[in-house]
Amino acid sequence: MPSDKGSSGHGGQHFGKVMTGAEIFVRSLIEEEVEVVFGYPGGATIGVYDALHDISNIKHVLTRHEQGATHAAEGYAKATGKPGVALVTSGPGATNTVTGIADAFMDSIPLVVFTGQVPLRLIGNDAFQEADIVGITRPITKHNYLVRDVKELAKTIKEAFFLATSGRPGPVLVDLPKDVMAQKTKFEYPREATVRSYAPTVDGHQKQIKKAAEVINTAIRPVLYVGGGTILSDAAGELTAFARHLRCPVTTTLHGLGAFPETDPLSMGMLGMHGTWYSNMAVNYCDVLIAVGARFDDRVTGDVERFAPEAKVIHIDIDPAAISKNVQVDVPIVGDVKRVLSRLTEHVTPLDTADWLATIEQWKREHPLRYRTGEKIRAQHVIHKLGELTGGDAIVVTDVGQHQMWAAQFFNFAHPRTHITSGGLGTMGFSLPAAMGAAFGRADLPVVSISGDGGFQMNAQELTTIVEHRLPVKILVINNGFLGMVRQWQELFWRRRYSHVELANPDFVKLAEAHGCPGIKVTRADEVEDALRRALERKDGPVLLEFVVEKEDNVYPMVPAGQSVHEMIDTPEPVEERQAGSVPIMTLEKGNNVQQRSTNTEHTPVTANVQQT
Amino acid sequence: MSSRRSAPTEEKREKRHTISILVENKFGAFNRIAGLFAAKGYNIDSMSVGPTEDEEISRMTVVTRGDDQIIEQITKQLNKLIDTIKVVDLTFDSFVERELVLAKVSSTPETRPEIMQIAEIFRAKVVDISPRTLTLEATGSQQKVDAIIKMLKPFTIRELARTGRVALKREFQGEV
Repeated sequence: MPSDKGSSGHGGQHFGKVMTGAEIFVRSLIEEEVEVVFGYPGGATIGVYDALHDISNIKHVLTRHEQGATHAAEGYAKATGKPGVALVTSGPGATNTVTGIADAFMDSIPLVVFTGQVPLRLIGNDAFQEADIVGITRPITKHNYLVRDVKELAKTIKEAFFLATSGRPGPVLVDLPKDVMAQKTKFEYPREATVRSYAPTVDGHQKQIKKAAEVINTAIRPVLYVGGGTILSDAAGELTAFARHLRCPVTTTLHGLGAFPETDPLSMGMLGMHGTWYSNMAVNYCDVLIAVGARFDDRVTGDVERFAPEAKVIHIDIDPAAISKNVQVDVPIVGDVKRVLSRLTEHVTPLDTADWLATIEQWKREHPLRYRTGEKIRAQHVIHKLGELTGGDAIVVTDVGQHQMWAAQFFNFAHPRTHITSGGLGTMGFSLPAAMGAAFGRADLPVVSISGDGGFQMNAQELTTIVEHRLPVKILVINNGFLGMVRQWQELFWRRRYSHVELANPDFVKLAEAHGCPGIKVTRADEVEDALRRALERKDGPVLLEFVVEKEDNVYPMVPAGQSVHEMIDTPEPVEERQAGSVPIMTLEKGNNVQQRSTNTEHTPVTANVQQT
Repeated sequence: MSSRRSAPTEEKREKRHTISILVENKFGAFNRIAGLFAAKGYNIDSMSVGPTEDEEISRMTVVTRGDDQIIEQITKQLNKLIDTIKVVDLTFDSFVERELVLAKVSSTPETRPEIMQIAEIFRAKVVDISPRTLTLEATGSQQKVDAIIKMLKPFTIRELARTGRVALKREFQGEV
């Protein structure tokens, strides 16, 4: 059977036919090879939904809330690299997408959001279910459109997909008035979008690349600081080759996780507020910092004045506005990471970093990521075990808060597009719908949603959608009965005044069962592995695991907000347990195997025994 | 090395810049630019917009203040907007600038000649007259407009309207 897809293929048979705006909309999505649309119908989109009714090659997923639709589209986009598509109605349907759009804007996720709108003649009249969504989303979209004429529709959709996916990707919104969608015109879908004045620079400037190579070739203590732009550019392979060729240690941002295998000895894991002790130290003492598709976010730099104080900074980014926004850089290269890195690799020679790597190894041994184990479950242990059981071959979709940081620290990401989270906006309630979107896009890998008890309840309604589609999402609820990260800050910086952070929760297992999803409650550390195994084995539908964990545990290391590595708090030594000498501590060094050590191991504080040049 | 990451002091000094922006003459384009200044917290001293020789393109002239890093960010962020065709910071070039002001000044038969004398000196025009007021129209550089306002103040300015600055880059006239 020939498919009804492809801009150069069978779509052509519809070109020249007179159709309604609604039919043109559907045909245009087919031309864009859209496979899945996450949406929710309403009065203003009823015509569009009518046109969608007979189309078999676009799967429409009816989410239970429009916010869920946008996060699902984000998860789909992050997991597949293709644009995510959402379709909602006017007014409240449109305003419910705002959080998802803002999230996609902060994290550069290609999204095309179609919103219904009241008929043109009613716009501005405070009509039923009217909202100025173009005005509302102007500062949180890469671009947005109100389609005023059906003749503009196909061209606008083409442009929307082009803008969302090219350059620095981002969300684009197209507002569709009801009457425009009922008007008729000849359908022609443009082959290419042409947007005057929009031409992202993809090839880095040759002169800048050479300049960067000169700086790199003299480096003694280089560090690669890798961000999400590397994954967006599909450049994980180039980055890995570059780092190994250079023998340069690598640290990634939250969104950079997966761009470089954390099992590689050159990996230092994540940097920043809750990054590894050694990655932050390495950045502090490095003489050349190569920032790749990263944006010097405040959660990474802390006090910018004291960030990488010794280093010459090279910054590769496709967005000129990201350069010298937060941190003055020495050699900027505007371009696509994939292309720039492969050209840069030709100009750099392997460095003698043996001494530097040895220093980092020592830091790794002395300040590994670690957590205590005991009878009670630690969230870190759950994630650590999940990483071991899957060997990194899973898509992990996290929410926001403590579990998010622990997942970043302890899963050990090995592949691009396997770590999906809300980094920039920090949207609680992201994980469950985003995991659903990822599961629609990637049937080849297990998809694991990890949320806290707070975040899970923010979009729990999407459990219905997941069950309806029998998606094998493993839903992990890390239940500590607290809004843990806020509680941690209150404990550390607000004199333990726990203001409104304790949560009264439903019975999560019963809640899952009410949705038709099996639920397992896990309360003992020695049950964790077995529960995870059972969840991973289930292929024909979701399963919810509730882990009742230590109520008051903290994420370490921690660089307090706005401070520098000099104020970094490493994981405190468990004094009472050291005396007992019996409770084992699990440790994890990035680029090394898991070790178990007893608590009475001596710790020698590392002084900055780095050669200063 | 504590201030390694920030710009040298000279570059940190706040300066006034005149930025000329060509934008698509589309629904909402002006809003995008005004909104960008508001959202990012950039200063706006004045902002003017109008059509150009090409009906599909509008020109906006924005007078803003900031140190070198902020001005660099402003031009980059403006360029990032899809509707923006061209952004030129005229401050680095030789350029002609004009602003128009309408000033309604209280006047009595006694003060009228004096006000008209001031108008003449500034090559301003009287565009409206009533028993108690004179309305003047003046154009010129911002300094000139500031100066005439200062001169008219003692007579009591009842109402004032300024257009904000419009500017164009000067062309090279050939070697002398």
